[in-house]
Amino acid sequence: MRARFVAGKVFGAFGTLVFVLVFNFFLFRVVNDDPTGKLFRGRNLSQDQLDRRRREFNLDGSKFEQFIAYLKQTMRGNLGDSFLSRRPVTTEIREALWPTIALVGTSTILSMLIGIMLGIAAGWRRRSGTDVAATSFSMFTYSVPDFWLGMVLLAFFAVKWPWFPTGGFEDAGSTATGFSALLDQAHHMALPCITLTLAYIGEYMIVMRSSLLDTVNEDFLQLARAKGLRDVVVRRRHAVPNALLPVVSLSALNFGYVLSGAIAVEAIYSWPGIGQATLEAIRGPDFPMLQGLFLLLSGSMILANLAVDLLYSLLDPRVRGR
Amino acid sequence: MSLLELRDLHITYRSERGDVPAVRGVSLTIDPGETVGLAGESGCGKSTIAGAVLRLLPKQTLIGGQVLLDGEDVYQMKPGQLRAARWTSAAIVFQGALHALNPVQRVGKQIAEAILLHSSHSKQVATQRVGDLLERVGLPPHRARAYPHQLSGGQRQRVLIALALACEPKLLIADEPTTALDVMVQAQVLELLAELQRDRGLGLLFITHDLSVLTSTCERLAVMYAGRIVEDGPSHDVFGTPEHPYSAALARAFPTIGDPASRMNPTGLAGDPPNPANLPSGCPFHPRCDKAIEACSATDVELRQVGVARRAACIHIPVEGGIDRG
Repeated sequence: MRARFVAGKVFGAFGTLVFVLVFNFFLFRVVNDDPTGKLFRGRNLSQDQLDRRRREFNLDGSKFEQFIAYLKQTMRGNLGDSFLSRRPVTTEIREALWPTIALVGTSTILSMLIGIMLGIAAGWRRRSGTDVAATSFSMFTYSVPDFWLGMVLLAFFAVKWPWFPTGGFEDAGSTATGFSALLDQAHHMALPCITLTLAYIGEYMIVMRSSLLDTVNEDFLQLARAKGLRDVVVRRRHAVPNALLPVVSLSALNFGYVLSGAIAVEAIYSWPGIGQATLEAIRGPDFPMLQGLFLLLSGSMILANLAVDLLYSLLDPRVRGR
Repeated sequence: MSLLELRDLHITYRSERGDVPAVRGVSLTIDPGETVGLAGESGCGKSTIAGAVLRLLPKQTLIGGQVLLDGEDVYQMKPGQLRAARWTSAAIVFQGALHALNPVQRVGKQIAEAILLHSSHSKQVATQRVGDLLERVGLPPHRARAYPHQLSGGQRQRVLIALALACEPKLLIADEPTTALDVMVQAQVLELLAELQRDRGLGLLFITHDLSVLTSTCERLAVMYAGRIVEDGPSHDVFGTPEHPYSAALARAFPTIGDPASRMNPTGLAGDPPNPANLPSGCPFHPRCDKAIEACSATDVELRQVGVARRAACIHIPVEGGIDRG
């Protein structure tokens, strides 16, 4: 029963991935089926030169031929070469991946921990001072656009008081290695990381709070109290594990978004991550890069969904029992 | 010393729409080994009393009078003292159909939690005891590993009884323990409770809206209406020859086995229980009462002595010696 459940979920995830693979190819070609003109706009290229570029980019054959070529190379793990940089897409993505994982991954984990703790404190004592303060704070950071928050933080903490660098991944021309390089990167990451953490906290806090509010009047909490358990133990052992379920699925899904980067915040802080790479590829339009990025994004979302399903069945015996 | 003594207990819930007096002066005593039934329609305040005994009502609730558990005032206890008294002096059998059990924890763990909290037993001893308790309530010990949703309603109710017995309390408060069960299972659960009560000499406060359940389980019966006891006494007398028109209506609502006439024609009680936030003047029962006279809407009658061990609060009962006995 258990194995069939897991196998079914994995099979479903794989099917979705195949669909995405096919869909990605056509998605961008619907918008603009020959980007060579736009890519080399302003440069005086003869028709002959343009045709050669087209051949180079595999844009000369029919749609069907292009599609078959795309499928063949993708199956071999080759995502093609970027139109813009002429380097393999896999290399481009690999280089942008680490900065994004460091930035968005850290912010996701931080905001999750802080948001859940705030949500627990607020939901357990409804309408208390803690609740009002935490809820107002979360509502504010949740509704404010992240690019605005990023620009304000930048204006104050990098320009007015230059405590932090204004952008980039590390000091220009840095040759530092090991620990001092890491320290330099952390210094650069601080502001974008704070921006994203603030932007993400609200969601976790609000979901955790409302989920806990649904739980506080449950009979089993009354029973736990009647047994003689301390309030904090009732909360930790009985209330939070039950209220945590919706937050777990939210968190797992958000981990799927980590690899897609944070387009606005990465752009503001010139962070060389996946978000920036996506922005540039869209401007191109750089088909192979876009296909590669979307495959990465969809793949991580599909994996995250699979993780939610499996995690849920671990945490909630009622899901597993069927 | 009494296991439980309620002295002129008043309970008022506070809400944004105003105060709601749920219990308005209830006095009740339960001695060791005694079984007392508390009956009434929903909203009459009977379950509020169960919560009040272990101080489980919302913090802002106004409590007047006294709740003495083993002679100690529950509302004067320090937090630590209160936690120690909960589940050891008195334990509650919750209603199993509701979410009284934590859905994501195995039932054995939930029983063991109470044992570990109130004793210095090791985990192994506690597990052993959980098995014994489950066996005592008629479940195989291996069901300790089940989650609540894997059990039937009757089995869940048995788990809740085992849970209430975990710390060997002298008083059990059963709050509608059979309400959501079908008649066969209901009978089994009642029998189990009666058996446990006899074997262990437990005091039992049985709260239900089902008067017929109480007469078979309880020696004494108190009928509540609109936050007050309107009649109490030996249960067979109260059920057989009710003095208060409300108890009479409750008793009539159940068909008597062996009496085809009553079986074909159980009489209900017209109207709804009064809104505790807006009670009728005088005797709160008078708008629904078939014996009401004009004076009823003006006079709020206290409990009056009827014979040796019975009291009822009705204007038609002659006042003994001319003094109301509260």
